[in-house]
Amino acid sequence: MEKNKKLYWKGIEQLNKEPEFEKFLNKEFPEYLPINGGKEENSGSSRRDFLKLMGFSVAAASLAACEAPVRKAIPYLNKPVEVNPGIPNYYASTYVNGGDYCSVVVKTREGRPIKVDGNKLSKVSGGGTLPQVQASVLSLYDQERLPAPSIGGEKSTWEEIDNQIKTKLASISAKGGKIAIVSKTILSPTTLKVIEEFKENYPETDLVIYDPISSSGMLKANQLTFGQRLLPNYSFDKADVIVSFSADFLGTWINPVKFSSDFTKTRKLDDKKKTMSRLYAFESNLSLTGANADYRVAVRASKEGLLVSNLYNELLKKAGLTTIRTSSVEELPAIQKAANDLWKAKGKSLVVSGSNDENVQLIVNKINDLLGNYGKTLDITAPAKFRQGNEGEMDSFISQLSAGRVNGVIFLGCNPVYDHPKGAEIKAGLEKAELSVSTSDRKDETAALTGYIAPDHHYLESWNDAEPVAGSYSLTQPVISPLFNTRQAGESLLKWTGNDQTYYDYLMAIWRSGLYANQSDVLDFQTFWDKTLHDGVYTPPMGESTDETDVTSESTVDIQTAINNISKNYKAENSENELVLYEKIAVGDGTHANNPWLQEMPDPISKACWDNYLTVSQSWAEANGVKMVEAKSKLGVLTIDGQEIKVPILVQPGQAEGTFGLAVGYGRTSAGKVGNGIGINAYPFIQKNNNYYSLARFEGIQVVATDEIYEIAQTQTHHTFMGRAVIQEANLSEYQKDPAAGRESIHIATSEALARELGLEKGEVPPGALTLWKGHEYPNHHWAMAIDLNSCTGCGSCTIACQAENNVPVVGKQEVINRREMHWIRIDRYYSSDAPKDDRLGLEVPSSNPEVTFMPMLCQQCNNAPCETVCPVAATTHSTEGLNQMTYNRCIGTRYCANNCPYKVRRFNWFKYHDNKQFDTNLPMNNDLGKMVLNPDVTVRSRGVMEKCTFCVQRIQAGKLEAKKEGRRPTDDDINTACASACPTGGIVFGDLKDPNSEVAKLLKFKEEEKFQKVEEPRAYNVLEEINVKPNIWYFTKIRNKDEKLA
Amino acid sequence: MEVVSSVRTPLVTSGKTVADVTEDICIRVEAAPPKTWMLAVLASLLLLGFGGFTLYYTIWDGIGMWGLNKTIGWAWDITNFVWWVGIGHAGTLISAILLLFRQKWRMSINRAAEAMTIFAVLCAAFFPLIHMGRLWVGFYWVLPLPNTFGSLWVNFNSPLLWDVFAISTYFTVSLVFWYLGLIPDFATIRDRAKNKVSKIIYGALSFGWTGGAKDWSRYETVSLILAGLATPLVLSVHTIVSFDFATSVIPGWHTTIFPPYFVAGAIFSGFAMVLTLMLITRKVYKLEDYITIGHIELMNIIILVTGSIVGIAYITEFFMAWYSGVPAEQYAFLNRMFGPYSWAYWTMMTCNVISPQLFWFKKIRTSLVATFILSIVVNIGMWFERFVIIVTSLHRDYIPSSWAKFSPTLYDIGDYVFTFGLFFTLFFLFAKFFPVINMAEVKSIIKAHTTTEKGEK
Repeated sequence: MEKNKKLYWKGIEQLNKEPEFEKFLNKEFPEYLPINGGKEENSGSSRRDFLKLMGFSVAAASLAACEAPVRKAIPYLNKPVEVNPGIPNYYASTYVNGGDYCSVVVKTREGRPIKVDGNKLSKVSGGGTLPQVQASVLSLYDQERLPAPSIGGEKSTWEEIDNQIKTKLASISAKGGKIAIVSKTILSPTTLKVIEEFKENYPETDLVIYDPISSSGMLKANQLTFGQRLLPNYSFDKADVIVSFSADFLGTWINPVKFSSDFTKTRKLDDKKKTMSRLYAFESNLSLTGANADYRVAVRASKEGLLVSNLYNELLKKAGLTTIRTSSVEELPAIQKAANDLWKAKGKSLVVSGSNDENVQLIVNKINDLLGNYGKTLDITAPAKFRQGNEGEMDSFISQLSAGRVNGVIFLGCNPVYDHPKGAEIKAGLEKAELSVSTSDRKDETAALTGYIAPDHHYLESWNDAEPVAGSYSLTQPVISPLFNTRQAGESLLKWTGNDQTYYDYLMAIWRSGLYANQSDVLDFQTFWDKTLHDGVYTPPMGESTDETDVTSESTVDIQTAINNISKNYKAENSENELVLYEKIAVGDGTHANNPWLQEMPDPISKACWDNYLTVSQSWAEANGVKMVEAKSKLGVLTIDGQEIKVPILVQPGQAEGTFGLAVGYGRTSAGKVGNGIGINAYPFIQKNNNYYSLARFEGIQVVATDEIYEIAQTQTHHTFMGRAVIQEANLSEYQKDPAAGRESIHIATSEALARELGLEKGEVPPGALTLWKGHEYPNHHWAMAIDLNSCTGCGSCTIACQAENNVPVVGKQEVINRREMHWIRIDRYYSSDAPKDDRLGLEVPSSNPEVTFMPMLCQQCNNAPCETVCPVAATTHSTEGLNQMTYNRCIGTRYCANNCPYKVRRFNWFKYHDNKQFDTNLPMNNDLGKMVLNPDVTVRSRGVMEKCTFCVQRIQAGKLEAKKEGRRPTDDDINTACASACPTGGIVFGDLKDPNSEVAKLLKFKEEEKFQKVEEPRAYNVLEEINVKPNIWYFTKIRNKDEKLA
Repeated sequence: MEVVSSVRTPLVTSGKTVADVTEDICIRVEAAPPKTWMLAVLASLLLLGFGGFTLYYTIWDGIGMWGLNKTIGWAWDITNFVWWVGIGHAGTLISAILLLFRQKWRMSINRAAEAMTIFAVLCAAFFPLIHMGRLWVGFYWVLPLPNTFGSLWVNFNSPLLWDVFAISTYFTVSLVFWYLGLIPDFATIRDRAKNKVSKIIYGALSFGWTGGAKDWSRYETVSLILAGLATPLVLSVHTIVSFDFATSVIPGWHTTIFPPYFVAGAIFSGFAMVLTLMLITRKVYKLEDYITIGHIELMNIIILVTGSIVGIAYITEFFMAWYSGVPAEQYAFLNRMFGPYSWAYWTMMTCNVISPQLFWFKKIRTSLVATFILSIVVNIGMWFERFVIIVTSLHRDYIPSSWAKFSPTLYDIGDYVFTFGLFFTLFFLFAKFFPVINMAEVKSIIKAHTTTEKGEK
C-alpha cells in the first residue's frame, strides 16, 4: 500500500513547527498536568490534589473490594400516614397475663413495639409498671413462640385445625360428652361472652378457672361474708395503719402496681405533710412488703391463723365486745401493738392476708368490718376481678379428667400441667380426652401433651378488652401485625363455635351494644371507640350503682366455726420444719420464664437471679454449717413427701426460724431455651391443706445441707451498709422535729486560717468548699434527679425499663456469678446490722430480722466526675448540660473510669454479647427476631467498651427537639428517663434544675447562686458527699414510722 | 587505665588481665551454646507457647477471659505491669545513677542489668496494651497523633496517658544507652570473628567502631549525657506509674506517699531481679571473678535500704489512714490487714519488710544461697504489694453493695506466664549472642599492675 503522505496536524502550532510545541511533542504527559509538584504558579496545590485523588481512589478501590452484605431494604410503595422513620408512635393498650393487669402505653418505632410504659390515665394500675410488664415486649419477639398451628406436633393450617376440632367438638357434643375450657383468670368480658356463646353451641361445656397462686379462700370468704365471689378493691392510699399477714401486696399480691403506688402515697413526706402510714408485716419469708414494713415480725406460717384470730380478739377487747377463745401466741405484744394502732386509725386502716384459707380470710373480713374499713379502704361495691380461680371446680375437673369423663378440653393459654399442684394428674388424665387443644403461644408443658395447638397472639398483636375492676374497662389494641401465623384465642373459640366473625368485629359489636349504648356523652360510636382506644381505659359514667352490700348486716357467717378451724389447723408451737412457697417478683408464676430480662433481674430481696433456691434463716445456716461467701453456698437436700430434691441454699436474713422459702415459677421444662432447666418446680409442693391449696407446709419437711458447693448468681453479695453515710435514715418522730434528721454532717478538716478565709469559725469546712475543680458552666439545662428512699419499694421495674430502653445486654447466669451483670440501674438492698458502728466485722452480719433499705443506684452524673479525668482518650466527657457522657466509639476499654468510679456504676463489655453463640440467652441481640426489640436510638455496644447510665440522653434529645419545634423550653412532660417513668411509686424524679418549674427543682428546693448551687431540702443528700464529686442525683432520707425509742 | 589505690580491694579478682577479660566474655558468644542453655531456652519457649495460647484467647474472646468483674477492673494485668516496670528500674539505676556517682563496681553488672531492664519494660508495656478492651484501636489512640477524628485529642489529664509517655521515653533512653555501651564490645567480637556471618552481623551492629580516640571521646560524652537524661527517668517512671493510683479517689489509692514509695519499691525489686539473674549467669558462665561477693554484698545493701524505705512507707500509710480521720480510708487499710485478702497483705509484709532485714547480717548478705532465695522472696513480695494495692483497694471501696472478690482464671495466669517466657527467652538470647559484661568498661578497672601479680588470689 502506498504510504499515506497526508499529514493531519493537531493545530496551527504543529503546522508552523513552533519551538514551544516541538518541545512537548514527544513527551507522554503535557507539562501542565499537575504531576510535577506544582512548579507552575497557577497550580499551587496540584500535588496535594493528586495525592487526594490517589488517596481517594485507593480508598474507593479497597472499599469496593470489601463485600457489603446485601440487606433487604425495601422502600414503602405507599407510606403509612402515621409511620415516620425515626419518629416513635405511642398506642395505649393493656397488658394481661391471667389475672395480672396493667394498662400500658406502647412505644413503636417503624412499626415495631420497643417499649412498654404505664398508662397514667388508668386508675386501676395507676400509671406505673412492674418488671413483668416492662419485659413483656421482649416476649413478643420470642423465637420459640409457635409459628403456626400444629396438630399432633406437626405443623398445620388453620383450616385444617379448625375442621378437625369442629368435627371432634361436634361428635363429642352429639354424644353428650363433656367439654372443659380451662383458663387462668379471664379479665376480658368479651372473651367471657365468646365462651358463653361457645357454651350455647356445646352445652356440656364447663369453664374452669384456676390461678397458679390461688385466692380461692379469699373469694370464698367474701362469698360467705358478702354473698358475692369477689375481691374487694383496696385503697392503700387511704390507710394510715396497714397490717399484712404474708400478703406481699407490694410485690406479687393481686394488683401490686397499684398497691405500690397507693401505699407510697402515704409514705411521702414534705413540708406540708409530715405524717405517714405505718405498716406491720407478719410473714415467714422476707417479702418486698416485709422489707418496706415499719414493723416486720418473722413468724412461722403455722401461726398465721392464730395471729389473725389474736388480732381479732384484741380488737374485740377494744370494741368492748365478747372476745373469742383462741390460743395465745408469743408474738402477742406485736399483735397488741398493731391492734392499738389499728384501733386508733379506725376507718383509716387496712388488714390484709395472703392466706388461701377461707377461715383466716373470714376473720380478716371481720377485722376490717370491726374497724369500719369497708367503704373506706376496701370497696366491695366495685369489686376487683384479678383472681377468679375456683379450686373446687378445678379439682373436680381434674378428677373427671383422670376418670376419663372429660371428652374435650381446651386450655386457654394456660399451662396447668406445669403450674397446678396436680399437674401430674392432668398430664396423665389428658391421654384419656378425645380432644385436647391448647392456645398457648409455645409448646409448653401442657401444650406439648395436647393434640392440637392453636397458638394465640401475643397481647401486643391482639384486640381485646379487660374489666379488672367492676366498672373500669380497658382495651388492648395490636401495635404490630402478627409476627407468626397465630390467631387470637377468642377468635379460635368463635371459629369453633361456628361464628366466622373476627374477634375484632365481635369485640366492637359488644362494645357498641354494651358500653357505648349505655352512655350518652358521645353520640357516634366511632368517636367513642377512637377515644377509648386512644385513652386505653374507659370508665362508664356513674349511673346506676351496684347494690350496696352491707357487711354488718350479713350474719350468715359462722365466725365461731372459723375460729375453731383455725385453732385446730394452726399451731402456736411447731417444732417441725415448715416450707413456705412464694412468687418472685421477676419470674412470677413462671409464664414468662423464657424472658431473659426477667430471668436476669435480681430478686429485690435476695439479689439473686437465674435460679430458685431454698431461703434459710441465719441461725439454721449457722447450725448446719452453711456460710455464704461471695454467693458461694451449699447445695441442700430437701425432703418432702419422701421425695429428695437437691436445691441450693440461700441464707436469708429475716427468714422466720424453722421455715424455709422456695419460689415457684422455676423448673420449666418446655418454656424455651432461656427458661428451661432453671431451678426446680415447686408447684407440686403446694399441698391441699384442709380444703384449700396452701403455699405453706407445716410438717414433713426435712432439709439437709450437703458439702457440695453451689454458686448462686447474686448481684450483691455484701448485704449491710457498714454503718456508712451511704444510707441516711431517721425515724418519723425525729423527722417531725427536724426535717434534716438522719442527715450525716460531713466536713473536711482544714487549717483555721483557710477556714477564716472562707468565713468559717472552725477549721472545718463542708466538702466542696476546698476544691481543685473549676466547675462547669451549664448555660441552658442542668439535668438532675431526686430519688426518694421512702418511695422506693425496691420492685425493680426501673432496672428492666432501663434494660429495654438502653439495649442493655443479658449476660447469663455464669457471667452474673462472675459479677459482670450489665444493668445500668441497680437497686442496692441493705440490711441493718445489730453491731455498733465501730465493729468492723460485726457490721458485716445482718440482723436476724433486719430493717431493709432500698437504694436505686445509677450513674450519678457527677459534676466533678472522677471517671472523666482518668480516661486517656477522652471517651467520657462532660456535657454542657451536666451529663457525664460516654462516647463508645472512642472508648478503648482501659476500665480506669470504672475503677475510679466511687459508685461502681460503670459496666464493661467483657465479651461480645451480641451475635455470639456463647451468649445465646441474650435474645434481644442474638437472633433477627429478638433484635426487633432493640431501641434504634441507642447503640448496641461492642466488645471492649465501657458503658453506663446516660440519663436516657436519647430521650433528652428527642424532648429538646420536640420543644424546639414548638419554640419553647422543654418541660417535665417532654423529657423523662425510662427508670423514672417506669417507677410505679414516683420515687424517681428527673428534670432540669435550670427550670424553676420542674418537679426536681421544686423537690430539691434548688437555688442557683453564683458559683454555688444550693439544695435547701433538708432531706436531700448526695451519696459520698465527702469526696466532692458533686453528683447530680440527690437521695431523700429514708424515714421509718417507728415508735420513738426510749432513751 | 586508671590508677586505683592498691589498698582498695580489686573489683575484678584472680588478677585477670585485659586479655583474659576479652577471652572470658567473648568465648560465650563465639563458642557453641552449652546444653544447659539449650534447655533453658526450650523451657522459656514452652512458657512462651503456653502464654501465647492463653493470650490468643484473651485477645480473641475478650478481657472477660480474665477474672475481673464490675468492681475490680484491674487485677493481675496492672499488677504485672507495675511489677515488671519496677523490675525494669535497676538496670538504668545501675548504669546511670551509679555512673554519675562514679561507682565503678557497677561496671561488671550494668550490661546484664540494662538488658534485664529493657526486657522487663517490654514485658511491662505488654500489659497496658493487652488489658485494653479494644487493643486494635487503643494501641494508637493513646498517642497524641494528628488524626482523622476532627480535633479529637488525647486527654492530657489522664495518668494513663502520662504512663504512655513515661514508659516509652524510659524504654527509648534505656535502649539507646544500652546499645551505646554495646558498640565497642560488638566491635571486639567483630574483630575476633572467624566466620563470615558473624563478621557481617557484628560488623553491622558495631556501627563501624574503630576504637580510635575520637570514638572513645564521643562514647564517653554520649554516655554521660544519656546518664544525665536517664537519671531523672529512673525516678519519674515509677512516680508516674504511681499517679495511676495516687490521683484517683479510691481509698487505698488516693495517697500522696505513692511516688517515693513506688520508686523505692521499684529499685528494691529491680535489684532483687538483677541478683536472681546474675547469680545464675555468674555460675553458668563462671564469671565469679567479675561479679564478686563484693558486688553481691553491695547490691544486698541497696536492697536492705530500699526495703526499709518501703517498710516505712507501709507504716506511714497506715498512720495517715488513721490520722486523716477519713472513715473509708481507715476501713480500706484495716481491710487490707484483716479482710478477705489479708493473706496477700501478710505475704507482702513478710516478703518485703521482714525478709530484707536479714541482710543486716553480713553472713547472710554474703551468702550466695541466701541472697538467691531472698532475691526471689523480695520479688514475690513486690508482686503482692501491687496486688494488695490494686485488688484490695478496689474490692471494697465506697459502696458496700458492690463489694466483690477477684479470683484469677487460667488466662490471668497464662498471660503472666507469657511475659516470663518472653523475658527469659530474650534474656537467654542476649546471654548467648551479646557480651554479658561490658568488656570495654571492665578493662578500665583492671589493675595496671595485674601482670606482676598474676596468679595471686
